[in-house]
Amino acid sequence: MKISSPADLARAAEKENTRPRPPLRILVSMGTCGIAAGTAEVLKELYRQIKSRNLENAVEISEVGCMGLCYAEPVMMLLDEQNGKRFIYGNVNSSQVSAILDAGINGPAVGTTTIERNWYYPENETPADGELQARIVLRNTGRINPESLEQYIASGGYSALAKALTTMKSQEVIDLITAAGLRGRGGGGFPTGRKWQFAADQKNPEKFIICNADEGDPGAFMDRAVLEGDPHSVLEAMAIGGYAIGAHQGVIYIRAEYPLAVKRLENAIRQSRECGLLGKNIFGSGFDFDIEIKFGAGAFVCGEETALIHSIEGKRGEPTVKPPFPAVQGLWGKPTVVNNVETFACIAAIVRKGSDWFRSIGTAGSPGTKVFALAGKVAKVGLVEVPMGMTLRDIIFIIGNGIKNNRKFKAVQTGGPSGGCITAKNLDLPIDYESLKSIGSMMGSGGMIVMDEDDCMVNIAKFFLEFTLDESCGKCTPCRVGNRRMYEMLEKITSGTGTMETIEKLKILSHTIKDTALCGLGQTSPNPVLSTMANFEDEYIAHVTENRCPAGVCAKLIRYTISDRCVGCSLCSRGCPVNAISGERKQKHVIDPDKCIKCGVCFNVCKFHAVEKN
Amino acid sequence: MQVNLTINGRPVSVEAGSTILEAAEKLDIRIPTLCHFKMDCFNVEHRNGSCRICVVEVKGRPNLAPACSTPVTEGMEVKTNSLRAINARRTILDLLLSDHPKDCLTCAKNLNCQLQALAQEMGLHHVLFKGEQSTYPKDHSSKAIARDLDKCIMCRRCETACNVIQTVGVLSAVNRGFEAVVAPANLKPLAETECVFCGQCVQACPVGALTEMDYKYPVWRALNDNTKTVVVQTAPAVRVAIGEAFGLPPGSISTGKMVAALKLMGFDKVFDTDFAADLTIMEETTEIVERITRNENLPILTSCCPGWVKFLEHQFPELTYMPSSAKSPQQMFGAIAKSYYAQKIGVAPENMVVVSVMPCLSKKYEASREEFSNNGVPDVDIVISTRELADMIKEAGIMFDELEEAQYDSPLGDSTGAAVIFGVTGGVLEAALRTAADWISGSDLQKIDFTAVRGLDGIKEATVKVGDLELRAAVCSGLGNARKLLEKIKQGEVNYHAIEIMACPGGCINGGGQPYHHGNSDILRKRMEALYRADKDLPIRKSHQNPAIKQLYAEFLGEPGSHVAHTLLHTTYVKRGK
Amino acid sequence: MACNCQCNGNRAAIPPEWQEKFDILDQYIDSLELEKFPDRKRGCLIQILHRAQSLLGYLPEELQDHVAKKLAITRADVYGVISFYSYFTDKPIGRHKISVCTGTACFVKGAGKVLDEFRRRLNIREGETTPDGKFFLGALRCVGACSLAPVVMVDDKVYGNMTAEKVADVIKEYED
Ligand SMILES: Cc1cc2nc3c(=O)[nH]c(=O)nc-3n(C[C@H](O)[C@H](O)[C@H](O)COP(=O)(O)O)c2cc1C
Ligand code: SF4
Ligand code: SF4
Ligand code: SF4
Ligand code: SF4
Ligand code: SF4
Ligand code: SF4
Ligand code: SF4
Ligand code: SF4
Ligand code: FES
Ligand code: FES
Ligand code: FES
Repeated sequence: MKISSPADLARAAEKENTRPRPPLRILVSMGTCGIAAGTAEVLKELYRQIKSRNLENAVEISEVGCMGLCYAEPVMMLLDEQNGKRFIYGNVNSSQVSAILDAGINGPAVGTTTIERNWYYPENETPADGELQARIVLRNTGRINPESLEQYIASGGYSALAKALTTMKSQEVIDLITAAGLRGRGGGGFPTGRKWQFAADQKNPEKFIICNADEGDPGAFMDRAVLEGDPHSVLEAMAIGGYAIGAHQGVIYIRAEYPLAVKRLENAIRQSRECGLLGKNIFGSGFDFDIEIKFGAGAFVCGEETALIHSIEGKRGEPTVKPPFPAVQGLWGKPTVVNNVETFACIAAIVRKGSDWFRSIGTAGSPGTKVFALAGKVAKVGLVEVPMGMTLRDIIFIIGNGIKNNRKFKAVQTGGPSGGCITAKNLDLPIDYESLKSIGSMMGSGGMIVMDEDDCMVNIAKFFLEFTLDESCGKCTPCRVGNRRMYEMLEKITSGTGTMETIEKLKILSHTIKDTALCGLGQTSPNPVLSTMANFEDEYIAHVTENRCPAGVCAKLIRYTISDRCVGCSLCSRGCPVNAISGERKQKHVIDPDKCIKCGVCFNVCKFHAVEKN
Repeated sequence: MQVNLTINGRPVSVEAGSTILEAAEKLDIRIPTLCHFKMDCFNVEHRNGSCRICVVEVKGRPNLAPACSTPVTEGMEVKTNSLRAINARRTILDLLLSDHPKDCLTCAKNLNCQLQALAQEMGLHHVLFKGEQSTYPKDHSSKAIARDLDKCIMCRRCETACNVIQTVGVLSAVNRGFEAVVAPANLKPLAETECVFCGQCVQACPVGALTEMDYKYPVWRALNDNTKTVVVQTAPAVRVAIGEAFGLPPGSISTGKMVAALKLMGFDKVFDTDFAADLTIMEETTEIVERITRNENLPILTSCCPGWVKFLEHQFPELTYMPSSAKSPQQMFGAIAKSYYAQKIGVAPENMVVVSVMPCLSKKYEASREEFSNNGVPDVDIVISTRELADMIKEAGIMFDELEEAQYDSPLGDSTGAAVIFGVTGGVLEAALRTAADWISGSDLQKIDFTAVRGLDGIKEATVKVGDLELRAAVCSGLGNARKLLEKIKQGEVNYHAIEIMACPGGCINGGGQPYHHGNSDILRKRMEALYRADKDLPIRKSHQNPAIKQLYAEFLGEPGSHVAHTLLHTTYVKRGK
Repeated sequence: MACNCQCNGNRAAIPPEWQEKFDILDQYIDSLELEKFPDRKRGCLIQILHRAQSLLGYLPEELQDHVAKKLAITRADVYGVISFYSYFTDKPIGRHKISVCTGTACFVKGAGKVLDEFRRRLNIREGETTPDGKFFLGALRCVGACSLAPVVMVDDKVYGNMTAEKVADVIKEYED
């Protein structure tokens, strides 16, 4: 298939849309975590049954990306498009496949878990009445086969590129993005149109456009979901961006931990090249553009744009002082735009539907939607896309269905290691870039980790600092040495050797590091400490003045003892990995505190709640 | 275009593209720096922006700005002395010291250390943050350079020196985070790398992480050993720099005081490497004239700098036929001292100790090269740097600045103006030209200042009319420049008869063993001017007119290039490869 | 004349048992058409190291030298990069690579206990290989399967919803 004009594209879409197809389609989510949860086996069984039942002409299977229902993986959706019917099963295993096929589109099959068709699976790019979510970024993710260019085209793919190249001037594209008010989804929230304008204004014949797919923020998997589920949308947007700024080469910098995303991207690039959607003279417009993939190798700091550029250049991923900004002097010294995956995933929709449409969603300062990876102690872990300005309460308690195991909500961490903890008092804050900053956190890339009453906030702060410590490039003093000292102080606090002075010193150091570190990693690394200190100062104080960890997490501060409730069943002593528990059968058992390594096994196994933690 | 801004409320106008630091300098406002390193005279700037000791407050900016690497903008309002900036700088220093041994009393950099100076200047009398310190094995593998990375503050100035300026490229930051350190590949000791021991990294290092291997004690031992005759030679560039260690202004010529001090220290004879430099000119110029006349193996490259020679052996092994086979002055001196002179005074070579005082760390390594010993007796026994000599003079309780000037001993202390300029880039070539011009023209020419080859530029070219010959010559200092030139030669893009190459930018005045200049170009310029003054002040300014040299040839060597001369004064090179 | 500077002069020879893998690597390097942008050759360093590590399991000195030569950069450059990125190792590691995710989602769901249990059972710490060369224990930060937290990866297989109790079983799967 060669596509060299908008008409060719329309024909290709038409062809796919009118292709005779079986009434029943089954979508199976084959993202990394789906596969890890066992989707591959389910899929195999599905193919086997279809073959043995001779259903090849009655059922079409689409292997798709993440459907957002991560908590219920493996997920399978039955779809009858002609009659507008659908049915979603969660936690499917191979033994259920047969029953599911029997029940067909009218389900449910016995012995299965079904997922109500509610706001959890919206289909509109604009949020429909009564639905909390909208799908701009994830418009195709979980819906089309990411390995099929035809399906992408059939759902409107590449028509934005065709429109930009054949009907708009470069400057018009930039003006459109500026007017839409799109802000970078990689964390900073910098207006994308302005960034493009800087680069477009540079008079250099060679420029680059880079897609930042490093997604190093632990607990965030939005970009992975897009790349695995809808790789062409990123390619199309990069080409539009290239046209806008005058770049003919795009680079996708992707972390090595995402092999499946790499595979799908490589496949997508190959397909687009074959059709002429990448390469020379795209849509006969005279515009040339191609994309190559470059790999990370395990360094979070390479998500920072100057570090990323150095990494592409084969160097150590150390950030450099800005200015000069990449838009002026970037990859190989040439003007370069770096944008996040999700930022790119918005572009084609904006080009197709206009800036007013985009602005109609979200808030005035932060138009559009934001994808969040909802994880941690929330009941329904998943990938959600909501209009900016939604409250955390809606996201966590309605979409996420509240806290797992009926525990109490304690905090939610946004912005990963650069962000902060948000507590119950801010649950009703409409979230956008500014509001999150104002309460000491940040949007970040979109990871949202929910914590409950069992989490010790000092320990959480220490966890994030340990992360920073591991990931600091070591270039500048405040981050290289300062974070080490911060960590050591938190270590003291969590092991009961800290004092009030330690807390004071921690504050001083936090402020200096924020004020002086060279790059965003260091500048934001004290945020988790500062925000937990601001919101949970009592926990810090309990650690240093009472040598007590209120959440019962910090191992050095807890002691396990056995109370009189013990009936001597000896379950605990059999489970104890270090034989710290002694006692005759049917007699009260005792724990030797010198031997105990505080693993908590006894606490968990005792059916009589006789093991106490304090 | 000019940009206007205010610093601490005072207006200043600077060229667009300048940094806050440069603007502050214009107002004589000092902002402390550590990782920043600049050498105007070589157009070199290491602007890493990483230590953050130079942070200042800029109105409207959410965080503090590093003055060394933040460009000024129109209307910028900078505060260098607000409490916020001062506190931040103190905390940064505190953090640096929290990961630092603080061994000032026993540190080779004591009183020459920029970190120590900052602690003093900023009045930091208490280190607030304590914690784990990094520890690395000390590297004493080479004869020349000692590495103690526990003291490293990660300013990365050495990387720029080695990789960018010298293009030797043995150093890189290794690991990351708190574990980051600057080291050769696979953490190899320096002796197992292509390091040429130029010591430019040592000059660049603000702290005691990179220093010389110290041989002061072996010298004291030799001086106190009655069975040994201890003679010392001092290199040309030492005399114009050593005064700095005693508070004399840069550019002071301290030859007489230095000789007096050496005599007081107990050296049996105080000689001058300049004598051997004259000798080098005799041998080398003979070779130049010969190779030009035969039009063979051109260009001829000078060979008196061991750093440069090792660089060639590693990086351009295929060109090892090009340098002159003449040994360096230091080694010629040793060879003559332990043969001609030892015979003359009736001392067995093994009972003679030759000590060199050099501006150079590579000379420590050179003296240990196998080629430079005779039946297991090295030509030169101990090499100390200018800095080590200054320390020894202090240790001996000698009040340097009050000394009466003394004279070198004869004959190995007699020299000419041609020799003294060996200490600066262009000097060797100029000295050779003086002799070559006389020899080829067969007369005693009066025009002997070849100013085209003077100055601190990295690559200089000159075409000199010598008799009928248009002699095309080039002078190059700094190994990065040498690499450029050699690549051009390999590509056949340039065509010279003779080329002088010195490893250190500017030549030996900027050697790795000289008093620390911390990037101050003025100091180098003054050292250079002092050498040319010393040349002018000498009665004889051509090597071949040195009576002691004439006598040496008459009594011992025969003529330049003779068989004896070849055995004692010439060498060969090793193809080492990368 | 012998070289006495101790520098090892010419680079270390490639051991014969590696020759075949080096040849495969060279083919790969040739396929990158480095000469198209001679001054941007270095841009291929990281992907070459990925390929090399997948061939040899680690990045020995001989390989570093080889790659440095191919890209006309210094050994220090190559080593500086290898030691920067946590994916690369210059030491051989165990036959099975166990990576416990210590990303945030996994951490709050108890990855610490899982890691402790692996440490205890294998009697090694992160970054180490068991003396019998069977297991390498490492930690990584998020594989993007946070919904299954805590997550452990053994070689390419992902284990979700891990607990300390399941550790023994996972190890057993790989005991031969
Ligand atoms: C330490 C650090 C890590 C970052 N990691 C990422 C990342 O993983 N993905 C990303 O898109 N942006 C990341 N960023 C932000 C990028 O530097 C950059 O601002 C972004 O890619 C720009 O794209 P946008 O304008 O589309 O958001 C990171 C920034 C810092 C300081
Ligand atoms: S803040 Fe940290 S990661 Fe950023 S440059 Fe400094 S040391 Fe490197
Ligand atoms: S906490 Fe763990 S180690 Fe301690 S007694 Fe209980 S089971 Fe044993
Ligand atoms: S498991 Fe509980 S009841 Fe049983 S022996 Fe242990 S403490 Fe006692
Ligand atoms: S390096 Fe400087 S601060 Fe450190 S011990 Fe030596 S003199 Fe003192
Ligand atoms: S300066 Fe202070 S520490 Fe140093 S020697 Fe003097 S008294 Fe002792
Ligand atoms: S002495 Fe010269 S060659 Fe050796 S590491 Fe230092 S700068 Fe590099
Ligand atoms: S060794 Fe010296 S010059 Fe090099 S980084 Fe360390 S402190 Fe700086
Ligand atoms: S230029 Fe002089 S000081 Fe520098 S390495 Fe050469 S001989 Fe030594
Ligand atoms: S199902 Fe895997 S990311 Fe959602
Ligand atoms: S001197 Fe400016 S950051 Fe180091
Ligand atoms: S945090 Fe463990 S997989 Fe994301």
